[in-house]
Amino acid sequence: MTTLAMLTYDDALERFEPVIGLETHVELGTATKMFCGCPTEFGAEPNTQVCPVCLALPGALPVANKAAIEATIRIGLALNCSIATWCRFARKNYFYPDMPKNFQISQYDEPLCVDGWLDVEVDGETVRVEIERVHLEEDTGKTLHVGGATGRIHGATESLVDYNRAGIPLVEIVTKPVVGTGGKAPLVAKAYVTELRDVIRSLGVSDVRMEQGSMRCDVNTSLSKPGAEWGTRTETKNVNSLRSVERAVRSEIIRQANVLEAGGKITQETRHFHEDTGETTSGRSKETATDYRYFPEPDLVPLAPDPAWVAELKAALPEPPRVHRKRLQDAWGLADAEMQAIVNAGAVELIEATVAAGTSADGARKWWLGELARRANEAGVELGAMNVTPAQVAQLQQLVDEGKLNDKLARTVLEGVLAGEGDPAAVMAARGLEVVSDTGALEKAVDEAIAANPAIADKIRSGKVEAAGVLIGAVMKTTRGQADAKTVRELIIARLG
Amino acid sequence: MSDVTRATAAELGRLLADGEVSAEEVTRAHLDRIAAVDDKVHAFLHVDNEGAIEKARKIDQARADKEQLGPLAGVPIAIKDVIATKGVPTTCASKILEGWRPPYDATLMERINGAGMVMLGKTNMDEFAMGSSTEYSAYGPTNNPWDLGRIPGGSGGGSAAALAAYEAPLSIGTDTGGSIRQPGAVTGTVGAKPTYGGTSRYGLVAFSSSLDTPGPCARTVEDTALLHAVIAGHDPRDSTSIDAPVPDVVAAAKLGATGDLTGVKLGLVKEFSGEGAEPGVMAAFRDAVDALVKLGAEVVEVSCPHFLYALPAYYLIAPSECSSNLARFDGVRYGLRVGDDGNRSLEEVMSLTREAGFGAEVKRRIIIGTYALSSGYYDAYYGQAQKVRTLITRDFTAAFEQVDVLVSPTTPFVAFPFGSRTADPYQMYLADLYTIPTNLYGGPAISVPCGLSEGLPVGFQIMAPTLADDRMYRVGAALESALGTLTPPDLEV
Amino acid sequence: MAAISREEVAHLARLSRLAVTDEELDRFAGQLDVILQSVARVGEVAADDIPPTSHSVPLTNVLREDVVVPGLGPDEALSGAPDPAEQRFRVPRILEEEA
Ligand SMILES: [Mg+2]
Ligand SMILES: [Zn+2]
Repeated sequence: MTTLAMLTYDDALERFEPVIGLETHVELGTATKMFCGCPTEFGAEPNTQVCPVCLALPGALPVANKAAIEATIRIGLALNCSIATWCRFARKNYFYPDMPKNFQISQYDEPLCVDGWLDVEVDGETVRVEIERVHLEEDTGKTLHVGGATGRIHGATESLVDYNRAGIPLVEIVTKPVVGTGGKAPLVAKAYVTELRDVIRSLGVSDVRMEQGSMRCDVNTSLSKPGAEWGTRTETKNVNSLRSVERAVRSEIIRQANVLEAGGKITQETRHFHEDTGETTSGRSKETATDYRYFPEPDLVPLAPDPAWVAELKAALPEPPRVHRKRLQDAWGLADAEMQAIVNAGAVELIEATVAAGTSADGARKWWLGELARRANEAGVELGAMNVTPAQVAQLQQLVDEGKLNDKLARTVLEGVLAGEGDPAAVMAARGLEVVSDTGALEKAVDEAIAANPAIADKIRSGKVEAAGVLIGAVMKTTRGQADAKTVRELIIARLG
Repeated sequence: MSDVTRATAAELGRLLADGEVSAEEVTRAHLDRIAAVDDKVHAFLHVDNEGAIEKARKIDQARADKEQLGPLAGVPIAIKDVIATKGVPTTCASKILEGWRPPYDATLMERINGAGMVMLGKTNMDEFAMGSSTEYSAYGPTNNPWDLGRIPGGSGGGSAAALAAYEAPLSIGTDTGGSIRQPGAVTGTVGAKPTYGGTSRYGLVAFSSSLDTPGPCARTVEDTALLHAVIAGHDPRDSTSIDAPVPDVVAAAKLGATGDLTGVKLGLVKEFSGEGAEPGVMAAFRDAVDALVKLGAEVVEVSCPHFLYALPAYYLIAPSECSSNLARFDGVRYGLRVGDDGNRSLEEVMSLTREAGFGAEVKRRIIIGTYALSSGYYDAYYGQAQKVRTLITRDFTAAFEQVDVLVSPTTPFVAFPFGSRTADPYQMYLADLYTIPTNLYGGPAISVPCGLSEGLPVGFQIMAPTLADDRMYRVGAALESALGTLTPPDLEV
Repeated sequence: MAAISREEVAHLARLSRLAVTDEELDRFAGQLDVILQSVARVGEVAADDIPPTSHSVPLTNVLREDVVVPGLGPDEALSGAPDPAEQRFRVPRILEEEA
């Protein structure tokens, strides 16, 4: 029996051309749900944010949230889409317990926004990702699977449903197929989702947090021989971080290439991405997929956004993140590579806010890309999730600039801030970490050090100034590091010089 | 007043306002009547004795305290069991909702309660309002007070029979394809379907969302108008509710009652001029038209060529919407659950629950609707039906350029015996032949008694343009002034 | 020719989550066939240039302000539940292919 050698990623790309497509769902940050007045807070007690409408009690009716329509139009405009002058909601019919009506109010052949694009940067090159549609729909409830080993649906004996999330407005953004990116396809996918996240965040319509599920991504992948028709695509669900977007595309390219190379066929199916293994496994086959029986939602009337209103929304759009970043880069005087490092670290907004709080760009960058990036990496969390605000970082740097903290003390103060002990100034005071600038106390410490080290003192007196280091060390020890080394040195020279 | 159950709502309102009778007395008289005759009629699925007495006492107290009260304060009313009533069982005459007590009130219940009216209970109907005879109620049919062996119409047979049996002076119905008007016709009572969007659907358990319209039922046109005025008007909780002033239907009914229709043009729908209708029904209808002419009305024959396609279009649109609306009855959040033995999957339990909880007619319509919406059939069925809807609306628009209202018999036949149309569902559907076009168009229509055929009531239908609900009340009241109301034979108590 | 077969009715019943019996399948197939043949007449009159009507009232842009309205408490929300557990709605195990 012969075993076929596994194709590597590079082998795969020598033989096949990948085509990818992305469907992204974004939960809007409106105060209330899409079709009822229930609040949308994350993490509330189960079934406390529900009403007859979002529980689908018999007789209840939906009324669309104006803020959600506005947010969707703004997303469409930011993605360079045309906004429909007339469109409708449609019912997507299928049975699932987290969907209380057993249909989802969505949009079908008449989406609110169509035909846009988003430029993304990959390795210094601009790739234009075309947007097919942006539409509005409602989220489902959350299901807790009980009795299985892992809390997953597999092996569970029963499930418990919480409808707090049911009916939260969800914007679906669908790209056209992205072709011709070759081996960069995984990076393009990641760059697109990143840029999309930044665009939506800049609009202030969602907190777009993948780890909390307010932004969720499905990735379509297919392979074809160069010049041949596109292959069968798979849809990978459960891709819940930026890193996973890249990994999911990469692993699906390798998997499909190996299937095809072995003479197999790709099944059109849903696949699930697993963060732990970085691989996808087969889900539901599309062949047995249900017929959704879409039809216009009779309980809601059509939407006909007033072109004047749309023009107003367009005029009020914020600067696109790419343009904004370029402006910051110029203002901060950074080279492309330096700016890229900030972008990659997800620190643009953090540094911007820190600078806005009164710090130099260099000072802000030093903290966010240095000590804080290191700690975030150690803790395995995103930089923005660290327990410190840009204002606190600004204050910390200010204390350094004023000479009240040296670098070492500042790091200790930061530790206190991260531990929740308060603002840097408060931590400094509480822990007594301020640089000793009281010359009386310092002079006393210097005199004691000279007295305790007569031989060293003689060396300095004889002109061997470099020996002062020993005395400085002794002073720092007695002041528990809180002295300013430069001042100590000056005092020693003044006494013995 | 010897027997308040025979009084009209308008009369009761005056007696109550004058202190001649208390709301509690009126309520007790009706509850007593229900207790005496409902074994025979079975108009009610639930009678709220305590709730009704309590509400009546509150109104009496309010009146004693000189609070400002509306014209129907203290007047009892029966509510079709498809309307959500907070804390009071709401079953839609289905096993799947047996015992469900809604945690909220329908908008029209808020208005009825706000008007100081006293709800007596919930009335029987065809399951989920699908049917024309109440034979599809999961809790047994309602019997027509004119002949207990015959159907009271449907789906709102309970709301109509309760009026004819003097169990209530007013009731609420819902009309998707004729479910207010056809029961009104066959029980000799009045039933009005308001303009779609003129009365709120919030809290009306949906059958076919684009057609369902709640409306008033009574024994006189004036009473119907009084109730119409209470429940109509914009509701921000219903996206399809019209934000426009409600026409003054009470004034229109009073105007019509003067018996003068000079200058009013009636359109006789050519396509509904007899084919398929019983001869006795057509005879009573023609006599009624003659009576209106005597009051000064002018009669014109108008052609509405697409009305004959209304029935097939309706039997695609309504089941399609129903297949989706009824998907929520799955045994997860409320209602029946069957077969959950700890072993079966959710899909199996849902399927067993829906199989056990729905009756045959509901299942038929769900299956037809699922079929009509399926990819591959959508264009041929649902899509085409939506186009027919456009054509029917055009017919109405053209007709109303020539005439003020359109008239026809309400239904082709008088009350039929139980079981005579259940074997072939399509024969049952024909009962709604004349009422359905209005639902597809969205305009208002009323059924007013116009005499008897073979000793059973015949209904006269008046259809008006969208938002011109007042016109049908004027013509209806004029007809009533000419022909009088009908009194059913006494139920032997 | 029959408009609808027994197998099609069985498929539609499955889609609609109705565990119909064999006897019902036979009966429904016949009845639905009659109904569908009758309603198929809608195809006779509706030409291509006729726009469909989905709503009888010509309303657009009926929207609500983004303001919180009090809803139901968890007790009310779960008051009709056939099988509540841990303030949630309990359901039997969900088949994976449905996910
Ligand atoms: Mg979606
Ligand atoms: Zn809600």
